[in-house]
Amino acid sequence: MFLPEPEIMSDKEVISMSVEKSVLPVLRVRNLNVYAGNHHILDDVNLDIPRNKITVLLGPSGCGKTTLLKCINKLTDLYKELKVTGNILIEHDDILNTTTNIPSIRQKMGLLSQRPYPLPVSIYKNVAYGLKLKGVRDKKLVEFSVEKHLREVGLWEEVKNRLHAPATSLSIGQQQRLCLARGLAVKPSIILADEPTSALDPISSKIIENLFKDLKRHYTIILVTHVLRQAMRLADHVIFMNDGKIIEQGQPEELFKNPKTEEMRAYLVDGN
Amino acid sequence: MRRIKILEEKFFVYISAFMAYSLIAVLAFIILVVFVKGFNALNLDMILKTPRGGYYYGGEGGVLNAIMGSVYIAFGATIIAIFIGMPAALYINVQLVRYRRTQNTIRYFLDALWGIPSIVYCAFGFALILFFGMNASLLAGIITVALLISPIMVRTFDEVLSTIPKGLHEASLAMGSTRTETAFRVMFKQGFSGFITAVLLSFGRGIGDAASVLFTAGYTDNVPVNLDEPAATLPLAIFFQLGSPIPEVRERAFASAVILTVIILALSLGARYLSKRYSRTNLK
Repeated sequence: MFLPEPEIMSDKEVISMSVEKSVLPVLRVRNLNVYAGNHHILDDVNLDIPRNKITVLLGPSGCGKTTLLKCINKLTDLYKELKVTGNILIEHDDILNTTTNIPSIRQKMGLLSQRPYPLPVSIYKNVAYGLKLKGVRDKKLVEFSVEKHLREVGLWEEVKNRLHAPATSLSIGQQQRLCLARGLAVKPSIILADEPTSALDPISSKIIENLFKDLKRHYTIILVTHVLRQAMRLADHVIFMNDGKIIEQGQPEELFKNPKTEEMRAYLVDGN
Repeated sequence: MRRIKILEEKFFVYISAFMAYSLIAVLAFIILVVFVKGFNALNLDMILKTPRGGYYYGGEGGVLNAIMGSVYIAFGATIIAIFIGMPAALYINVQLVRYRRTQNTIRYFLDALWGIPSIVYCAFGFALILFFGMNASLLAGIITVALLISPIMVRTFDEVLSTIPKGLHEASLAMGSTRTETAFRVMFKQGFSGFITAVLLSFGRGIGDAASVLFTAGYTDNVPVNLDEPAATLPLAIFFQLGSPIPEVRERAFASAVILTVIILALSLGARYLSKRYSRTNLK
């Protein structure tokens, strides 16, 4: 009698909820402004990130792409000089003005940075760390998911015989995949990738790109890149930024073929 | 022009090499002198016996009281300093990461504390003893030395923590670790070799400092068994014996100096080994 009564929903409600889940953008950014002193880094940014798609953020260096990513996972908190206003909505939770604790918001997304930063522990513990944070103590379960996530990023075969070697003994490309596996172990729904291939060799970059194509079935990916070709290969949705503003956004075919603005055209021609 | 450049290059390479090697030579020379002067007095009795009657006139005995006293004081003080220093250094680098100005203010004060001569700590410790109505004792010595070495511990560890790439810090937070988890599971691990260095430096300073224990730990010919008993220390043992008019006793001062040096060298080698071993997994 103390059990909570199951909530009864009408068919209509159930259907509308599942429709909402599949159609609604995962992430909505509204009127996002970021200032560093007098410098306006992000200027009234509005955008929707579609579910289970790769959204590519393009733009010249210093246009605010990385800052936008840092707003999304609240790493802007580390910089006192940054003043952030606006709304970022994940499902219905406004993460900029929320009472939910920040670590649990951050666990909704995995971060892949420009160069890999493996934790100073073994390969195995790098992946297990995320589970530990989630409070998973069952050894069998941890072992199972470490293997699962290492397989997910295609690293299992390469490291299965040296799981307890330091993570830093891997090549940079492998480390980046390890960081991806580590991020996936936290069970995020979004992957934030900040030029994840810029420090990698062409083969490792290719592997990461192919991984993204597979992963988008289960995850929503936001990719910042400088490589136009990579953007063309991967993008389902493109957002072009310049000087802290969103200049154009839309389908890649359209945007790359017929850019509407002069800025985007110039960027496509000389790539910067 | 080219000839001048080559000459200039040679000149500065030789000058820097000379400076570097002469420092090492000075160190070797100090150790050599101490060893040679103390060699005759160095025997097992020195390390295994406490001073007997007439020891300070050349009679039988050793400096076991001072060895044990020094080890107790340095060990106790280092433990206290670890409990003060480790959280403090992590706090500066993790919790205060947003507040650069506060970080630098704290560092400034710690540097100032580091620079205060140890005799001032002794005076402070002495005042504290009088205030609490205690005697010069092992406990008072430990507390005074802990105060002396805590800033060293914090700043040395902090210096290493501050070189950890921000990306690692962010990566840890991005996975959803709290700041405390980031501090203890990631930053502490990555900065572990710095932690070992900090512990070693603090211990070395603590065991080698004479002034801070002068009035606080007192001096005794017995090995202390309780915290409220006075304790002898090696630096003071050296000091008292060196002031003796009797040559045998002065020789024993050098022998005591050898013992102190050997303890510090052994510690330093051990710490190097440990920090190498545990920084194997670190991000380079």
